[in-house]
Amino acid sequence: MFVELNNLLNTTPDRAEQGKLTLLCDAKTDGSFLVHHFLSFYLKANCKVCFVALFQSFSHYNIVGQKLGVNLTVARERGQLVFLEGLKSAVDVFFQTQEEPHPLQFLREANAGNLKPLFEFVREALKPVDGGEARWTYPVLLVDDLSVLLSLGMGAVAVLDFIHYCRATVCWELKGNMVILVHDSGDVEDEENDILLNGVSHQSHLILRAEGLATGFCRDVHGQLRILWRRPSQPTAQRDQSLTYQYKIQDKSVSFFAKGMSPAVL
Amino acid sequence: VTLSEGARAGTGRELGMLDSLLSLGGLVLLRDSVEWEGRSLLKALVKKSALCGEQVHILGCEVSEEEFREGFDSNINNRLVYHDFFRDPLNWSKTEEALPGGPLGALRAICKRTDPGPVTIALDSLSWLLLHLPCTTLCQALHAVSHQDSCPGDSSPVGKVSVLGLLHEELHGPGPVGALSSLAQTEVTLGGTKGQASAHILCRRPRQRPTDQTQWFSILPDFSLDLQEGPSVESQPCSDPHIPPVDPTTHLTFNLHLSKKEREARDSLILPFQFSSEKQQALLRPRPGQATSHIFYEPDAYDDLDQEDPDDDLDI
Repeated sequence: MFVELNNLLNTTPDRAEQGKLTLLCDAKTDGSFLVHHFLSFYLKANCKVCFVALFQSFSHYNIVGQKLGVNLTVARERGQLVFLEGLKSAVDVFFQTQEEPHPLQFLREANAGNLKPLFEFVREALKPVDGGEARWTYPVLLVDDLSVLLSLGMGAVAVLDFIHYCRATVCWELKGNMVILVHDSGDVEDEENDILLNGVSHQSHLILRAEGLATGFCRDVHGQLRILWRRPSQPTAQRDQSLTYQYKIQDKSVSFFAKGMSPAVL
Repeated sequence: VTLSEGARAGTGRELGMLDSLLSLGGLVLLRDSVEWEGRSLLKALVKKSALCGEQVHILGCEVSEEEFREGFDSNINNRLVYHDFFRDPLNWSKTEEALPGGPLGALRAICKRTDPGPVTIALDSLSWLLLHLPCTTLCQALHAVSHQDSCPGDSSPVGKVSVLGLLHEELHGPGPVGALSSLAQTEVTLGGTKGQASAHILCRRPRQRPTDQTQWFSILPDFSLDLQEGPSVESQPCSDPHIPPVDPTTHLTFNLHLSKKEREARDSLILPFQFSSEKQQALLRPRPGQATSHIFYEPDAYDDLDQEDPDDDLDI
């Protein structure tokens, strides 16, 4: 986890808010550093994490996680992390016996209407274990990333329904958190992705948007991060706050600074 | 409110436009965006209806009942009936708890009510309904609900029905939004600048010209509306008045202007391809004294002045 980002968001693993949906989106740049941040953040907060990883392999996240101080293999063995490796299990759909619906069952079906099997997988993974002792603080669902589901043939409304049901279960019923990554296609005319992005935006409490610089690639400033807080539980006199910072990604950390205040420039 | 009344009144009447949204009845469309969310305004209007003694039904598809009721005190909460379509709207849990007929069924059931008092229905949100139901079905249902007093065959007097619909503008194309807009008696579009929210209100009263007005407001923690004059002048972005705008044409090394004589000469110039009758005649009749043209040729030292045609020996 990146300590500077925690400071910007005014949160630490010990006192994070619960029941919140955070949307990560990236436009013209790679926002996956935010996914690694939240993965290590919630593992350090001793949460039960269900990670629907459709974009990269387990070893990729593990390698980056080790740089950030978490070991995903150990977390998985302990039962703290439930990892759905999309790339590997997509193949299992075709070679597994049909006992129960596979989370990625929609890959098999010609007219898959909904993502109910995936939702049931998430619900099963995060449901509180009967037996009394609460080992983990609260459940967290992490998805990287949602645009992949659109590419695999699901409609935007079906994916929004999946997020709705996850929100009802994880955020409301279990008082946990959700972190979702959606790519922003930008200029490209992708109506389904726009509907998905806007639909999840309206449901989220916090939006972190990583954008490439308008002037192009730069060695010292990798991009710009816009932070938008929405849906406060009580309406405050000052409306939704929005902050913008620029950042530079280093090997084990990310440094943030105000616009135009990169150390390389000063 | 007639037009002349509205014109005579000053800020007092204008400030009341947001307040009087519900008194008109019919469909009120609240259009919000990601940056300027509209649920707080929806809750403020719901609170207003409840305080007026109306019964308020909420079709909740996007937030949980707890979250919607949060911030309301108990006397308001007692007047709210929350129809829960948040927990399991698509019946994935396959239990018997699902409300029959879905959201539209619930909507129609509200309208078949027996008591004649005024009722307010809050749709949270209309966007959810529009994404999950065909647009035509939804529009027909909304039309039937909001025009209930003109329904034939209904002998019992039915009170005024107000429908507040929260619509997330970015989620839909211009077609469905236009259809809902034409059904609505009032449209409120949320926006704002720099932390100050505004509502652009477009009111269509029957037999009157539509009126529109922009109202700055904020919502207090107890969901009451606080109407405001607008953002303070200092916070508005404007150019610094102390620095005069610079004229870039003042110190140039070349001349950009024409003198009067030059301008006259330019205006009287005839363009080469502009045909006037004089020019046409001059071209058709060669001028007297103009000899036929000659070609004068001075041969170079190396020129071969052989008069024979070099192609003569070709036997084609």
